[in-house]
Amino acid sequence: MAQEGNGQKPAVGENNNITKPMDYCKWVMPLLRLLAFGATISATLVMALNKQEKTFVVATIGTNTIQATVKAKFQHTPAFVFFVVANGLCSLHNLLMLASCFVGSKYDYKGLRFYVIGILDMIYVALVSGGATAAAFMGQLGRDGNSHARWNKICDNFDTFCSHGEGAIIASFIGLLLMIIITGINIIQLKKVQNSGNYAIIP
Amino acid sequence: MTLANRITVFLLRLLALGASVAAIIIMVTSHDSAQVLGMTFEAKFSNTPTFKYFVGANILASAYSLIVLFFPTKKLLGRILLISDILMTLLLDSSISACLAIAQVGKKGNSHAGWLPICGQVPKFCDRVSGSLIAGFAAAILYFLLLLFSFHSVLNLYTLKA
Repeated sequence: MAQEGNGQKPAVGENNNITKPMDYCKWVMPLLRLLAFGATISATLVMALNKQEKTFVVATIGTNTIQATVKAKFQHTPAFVFFVVANGLCSLHNLLMLASCFVGSKYDYKGLRFYVIGILDMIYVALVSGGATAAAFMGQLGRDGNSHARWNKICDNFDTFCSHGEGAIIASFIGLLLMIIITGINIIQLKKVQNSGNYAIIP
Repeated sequence: MTLANRITVFLLRLLALGASVAAIIIMVTSHDSAQVLGMTFEAKFSNTPTFKYFVGANILASAYSLIVLFFPTKKLLGRILLISDILMTLLLDSSISACLAIAQVGKKGNSHAGWLPICGQVPKFCDRVSGSLIAGFAAAILYFLLLLFSFHSVLNLYTLKA
């Protein structure tokens, strides 16, 4: 009997050997989406809750010390704000796409969802890459300072702030790598759907 | 690949090559010095690792474009070129984003960290860096358009079979 697509079961014959590879393939995409969601949501949360206060002794009058409290928050730097926004949007997108992995085939119009999801994933790759790199270079500026511009480093005073920021940026880079892999898989799926002309082969 | 497709890809790649080469040249030739309180205050692009990364990414992208300008895009070679086009676009996009973050600190300063803006003291440097960033942004957009067009012509990705 002729088969129409790669994942269709033959009408007659044994099913066990042919459906086993497809069972594995069905779980690759949701697993990748879950990992990307985990990476981006942890990057967002760690950076969004990133703040540290430090109290400096400014002057001493007799036995009284005058203290000044300096706060470091993520909102002070526009690069970190962009980082939080981009990773937050990406984690929300991954959550929605995780849901659409399971129920997406019901709300489809002639395979249009593959195009829309592919384009959206590419947009989020660009956003997250921009946010992660900008935050990484701002963090490098904060850690090393810039002697030519007379910008002092801040990481020797605010070490918790800096280390939390480092962790968030690493998580964002892992999420970016996963999003690139997901985009590649989307393009391969799209070609498979186009070649076979059958939109039901991808669950 | 039809002739019209090939000419369009060639033209887009030539424009993107021109934009990234312009970004490199303007950034490398940007330096200014100012005298503040008796001290000389010199600003070059190599003071910041971010601008060095920007120049490096643009050098890589323009060298890649120069090599690939005359390649025929048949099946397998076209797909390999597509993957490297995606990597170049991503690299340029991330470098321009990082440079914008640092340039914003240079222009407006950051009062919470005690960083003063430097554009008041070295205006020529600031203007040239802005021009280079605009050229780099144009290069990123042109690479993105090239990528979209390559998706259409190499992979034939935009047809919807009924």
